[in-house]
Amino acid sequence: MTGRLRFLRTPSGAIGIGILTCVLLVAFVGPYLAPHSPTAVIGAPLSGASGHAPLGTDFLGRDVLSRLLYGGRSVIGLALAATALAYLIGMTIGLIAGYSRSVVDPILMRTVDVMLAFPPLLFLLVLIAGTGQSRTVMVVGVAIILAPGISRIVRTATQEVAVRGYVEAAVARGERPPAVLLREVVPNILAPVLVDVGLRFTFSILIVASVNFLGLGLQPPSSNWAVMISENRQYISLNWLSVVAPAAMIAILTIGVNLTGDAIARSLGRSYTPSTTRGVVTA
Amino acid sequence: MTALAERRAIERRSVSPVVGFLGRRLLGALAALLAASVLIFAAVQVLPGNAASAVLGRDATPQAIQILSKQMGLDRPAVTRYFDWLGGFVHGDLGVSSVALAQGQHTTVSSLISSPLKNSAILAGLAALLMIPLSLGLGALAAIRAGKPTDHVISIGSLVSISAPEFVTGSLLVALFFVGLHWLPPVAIVPPGADPLATPKELILPVVTLLFASLAAGIRMVRAGMYEALQTEYVQAARLNGLAEKRVLIRYALRNALAPSVQVLAQNLQYLVGGVIVVETVFAYPGIGSQLVSAVQNRDLTAVQSIAMLIAVVYVLINVLADLIVMLLIPKLREPA
Repeated sequence: MTGRLRFLRTPSGAIGIGILTCVLLVAFVGPYLAPHSPTAVIGAPLSGASGHAPLGTDFLGRDVLSRLLYGGRSVIGLALAATALAYLIGMTIGLIAGYSRSVVDPILMRTVDVMLAFPPLLFLLVLIAGTGQSRTVMVVGVAIILAPGISRIVRTATQEVAVRGYVEAAVARGERPPAVLLREVVPNILAPVLVDVGLRFTFSILIVASVNFLGLGLQPPSSNWAVMISENRQYISLNWLSVVAPAAMIAILTIGVNLTGDAIARSLGRSYTPSTTRGVVTA
Repeated sequence: MTALAERRAIERRSVSPVVGFLGRRLLGALAALLAASVLIFAAVQVLPGNAASAVLGRDATPQAIQILSKQMGLDRPAVTRYFDWLGGFVHGDLGVSSVALAQGQHTTVSSLISSPLKNSAILAGLAALLMIPLSLGLGALAAIRAGKPTDHVISIGSLVSISAPEFVTGSLLVALFFVGLHWLPPVAIVPPGADPLATPKELILPVVTLLFASLAAGIRMVRAGMYEALQTEYVQAARLNGLAEKRVLIRYALRNALAPSVQVLAQNLQYLVGGVIVVETVFAYPGIGSQLVSAVQNRDLTAVQSIAMLIAVVYVLINVLADLIVMLLIPKLREPA
């Protein structure tokens, strides 16, 4: 294990990747292993753990284990989609701003300032109030929150790379700007740009899960760890597993991502500090 | 630059760099807030089409929508409505709840949020009061014990606690302290008009949940600053002079580690402003955050708009205040760059 995978040698990297693999397996393979349908009523509501239902049943009498196995996909999927969209938007704007050295720069800086004037969750809630609840609003909203910070980093990295010989050579060969950006610039800025992808992904999970918990995301009966917590927490004294199991899954997932991100950042000699404002990770 | 121009520049700056800085910072904050207000207004009122039908829901008759549109003033152009709202907001008029209007009542948003606002201030204030000494203490402790088990426990613990969303931490705390140990109540319901401080036991879990997420970054920052300060020559010199270790740590190291930490502590205060949104909902605490969430659920658009703006104002003011404190703490920043 040399070079890129060096981070796996550190304890936090190894533990982080281990945890992450387990959670991803549960989330994506779990649905095939679930003993019951996530929406089927299999017994009395809120009965405790038994052989039939190892984690008991929820407030409607559905199997907690099956809902747990089905409930990871949407949390991780939505967070992944939001992070990917944020990078797509952020990279595009950052590349254009950095390469063309245009007026986009001050506009970007001010946009980040404005985003910083909001608690990120507040921004998403306002958006949901206006447009209604949907997966699209969640994904796009989170991407809008993350994109300005990404584009600032991309812009700085692009400006540094744009003056290098290989870029000038490509320009001299007569390549068009899109080709120059994609073939020469992008491969050379990926490392600094992607170093805190873990931070942004955790942030996406946090905020997607929080919105779902607040009842402003996915609609029941869809099974989702955050939704499970919010629908069962009133009855926590009757079957505590119905709340603690999904809560533990979310906690393990975000801790795994952060441990991995921390290890990767350290192996690249960078610092990794999850932001407390839980939001716009600025350059 | 000629000598004269240089002297003028120095004179101009030396009038009062702090006032100049504060002025620029306030102007910037004002601009950001203006942009934020446009954004909030656009998101709530312009994006989806008719706000009145959003308030009334899917089954509303066209007549009902028309009547409510008129009551909400939606027949006027968006720009006029924006300036009316903003003008009212600046004068303390937060508008009339759209949901109440739909039910034929005239409830002002201000009357809806006056008591929740106080409750939230108490909750966030308590968390802030505990957060600052705790992050200084634990951060300094981790730095003093750098590389030892105490340091590892604090560092890993802070990474873990910052990782989990508030509603997860809150739910796990409820499972432990209510279901498991029967020590603390699972909710913090405060009757309207009552003082939350009258039932302090109910406040413990919400405050601890807020602390979990906000302490971590503070601890990490104080640790880094303190660790650096402990390696400096002035700390060595103080030790070699035979000063008591306690005095060296507090007077020499911690004091110098403090300045960079202020920014992070301020970010944490800002976080508290947003963090109450989820934490209040978890514990059914009647604050501004849970009020906002229920306004979003009911699609009470006027309330959402005004509460969101109010939170943004507090958020930005904390930021300005933090910059000012940093400036006063670090003399170097007061000199022109």
